[in-house]
Amino acid sequence: MVVEQKGTEDVVAVLGANSAAAVEMTALTLMSGDPSYAGPLAGVALGIPSFHILEPEIVGQIDAAIYERELALSALAMDVDEVVAPMKSIREG
Amino acid sequence: MRYPVITGVANVLAHAPGLVRHGSKPLRDLAGDPGLAGAITAHLRSYDAAVGYAPNQAYIGNRDPEALRALPRPWFNALDQGASADGAFGDFIGEAELLGLLKLCDRARLVQVDPATLGAARAGLNRRGLVSVAEMDGLVPGSDDAIVKPIGSGDAIPLWLDGRVAGSIARGHEQDEALTANVLLENLAAKSTGVLALRRLLRQVEHRLGPDDIEFVIAGSEEAVGDRYQRGGGNLAKAIAEAGGLGRATGFDVKSFCASTLYGVFNAAAMIQAGIFSRVVVVAGGSLAKLGMKYRAHVAKEMPILEDVLAGIAILVERGTDAEPCIRLDTLGLHTVATGSSQQAVVEALVMSPLAKAGYRLRDVDRYATEMHNPEVTEPAGSGDVPTGNYRLIAALGAMRGEIARDAIPAFITAHGMPGYAPTQGHIASAVCYLAHALRAMRSGKMKRALFMAKGSLFLGRMTDAADGVSFLLEA
Amino acid sequence: MDLKGKRVLVIGERDGVNAPAIEACVKSAGAEVLYAETLCFV
Repeated sequence: MVVEQKGTEDVVAVLGANSAAAVEMTALTLMSGDPSYAGPLAGVALGIPSFHILEPEIVGQIDAAIYERELALSALAMDVDEVVAPMKSIREG
Repeated sequence: MRYPVITGVANVLAHAPGLVRHGSKPLRDLAGDPGLAGAITAHLRSYDAAVGYAPNQAYIGNRDPEALRALPRPWFNALDQGASADGAFGDFIGEAELLGLLKLCDRARLVQVDPATLGAARAGLNRRGLVSVAEMDGLVPGSDDAIVKPIGSGDAIPLWLDGRVAGSIARGHEQDEALTANVLLENLAAKSTGVLALRRLLRQVEHRLGPDDIEFVIAGSEEAVGDRYQRGGGNLAKAIAEAGGLGRATGFDVKSFCASTLYGVFNAAAMIQAGIFSRVVVVAGGSLAKLGMKYRAHVAKEMPILEDVLAGIAILVERGTDAEPCIRLDTLGLHTVATGSSQQAVVEALVMSPLAKAGYRLRDVDRYATEMHNPEVTEPAGSGDVPTGNYRLIAALGAMRGEIARDAIPAFITAHGMPGYAPTQGHIASAVCYLAHALRAMRSGKMKRALFMAKGSLFLGRMTDAADGVSFLLEA
Repeated sequence: MDLKGKRVLVIGERDGVNAPAIEACVKSAGAEVLYAETLCFV
């Protein structure tokens, strides 16, 4: 896999799932490996921190026009607070 | 002249707990850890439990999907009152019947089924009026040796029924990876459930139409029929037409991942609109590969393995009349290359554009049929509630455009959406599973128009990172 | 976390925010995309 070739320094994951459960599973797998439900990255424990694209600290860095085109609808359609809620504590381990 | 109309739909199910072990996810996991078989077997449910499962009753038409809201969750905890395997829209056959169908549809002498199972299949399918005694009598039962020996030599894989090996299916070639027993089982399962749906549809319309009245068949499922030189060669449509006795018909396959079947309906309507044919059947069999996809979550949460059914559908499209709901070809929603990948652009292309073409607002559509996957299957696996996710996108875009107030979004979804109920059988769950319900509601004057929208995850095939989709209004 | 200069694994979801959308967003913030995939759970 690509990170095994290039190393994990300065590598972060950015996720786009629309449910807390989905984003949690992917984030946990990338950080500490969670083979229970076997997503595409099951069994891989990379120690990579994950962010959801709609977390405020990420959104704040995105070009406004691009945000409008790519994210505005999703931000209104999903319960952003609920979806991003697990992210910080998973990063902090 | 009125646009082409839908005049009949069959929604069928086949209970397939014994085939769960051949689903893509279980198969791979079992290869790594054969000990998992025990846990899988312990969580398979009986035919009665599968028939009595309210979402399955909704799929075959014995209740409306909207009515699922009133039933307490989890739905698998209680048998649906008055549940029947004889659905208003089609049959829910048992696994013995399914194995008999596999044998009936097997033209390459790959399938062996033991006499007891064939006998049960003949009785069941005959009672349903879906097979003739003659054609079932023409099937040669497999001896123990014929069933078991090739399994032992690695030339066949077992077909289980109620915990015993009741049959086997052989590979089609010693080396060809496109003709392994697993691939052929997947394709034959799609063919067989497509044939089941087609035969049920023919029974539905037999008072006015015979098999020779069908001129063309379009199949829109997601298997890959072929061999090593043409892995996706296709045309399961013709195989299904042949097994349905449609002597005057030929056909072809339409493919766009989960959007395949709805595209097939559009295609059928377009051919009729062009004056080429008068009657076209769109058919789709089920997806063996998707059996048990979320089994790990179901087992971990002490639930029955809910992905134990193959689904099939057959849709009759005819020249327009005033009496039946028409496919508004002037309201096509298309996800073009230029649409791009922004979620907003996609919803605009598949929802807003069709409505604008017809001069309608969001609330003018009685019901939106989107990706109707049963949330009880997906939520335990962390995959969320797919229909609701799609409804929220539609409603949110309505809010952004000022058609719906933000705080009216939940009410809009309740009024114009519905709970997911379809088995997670890909293309079947993508909008088309609601055609039968919409037809019924429109015929009885309870519904005026419904928007059908299906999405295809083309990116999964790695040839593009784009998705696809298609939509149109069905109007009484 | 400053995206500028980071190398990003993009994992989108078809009915959520898909990979091309995330990619456009993080690139606009100065990140490099190492890998991008959209998941489809059904």
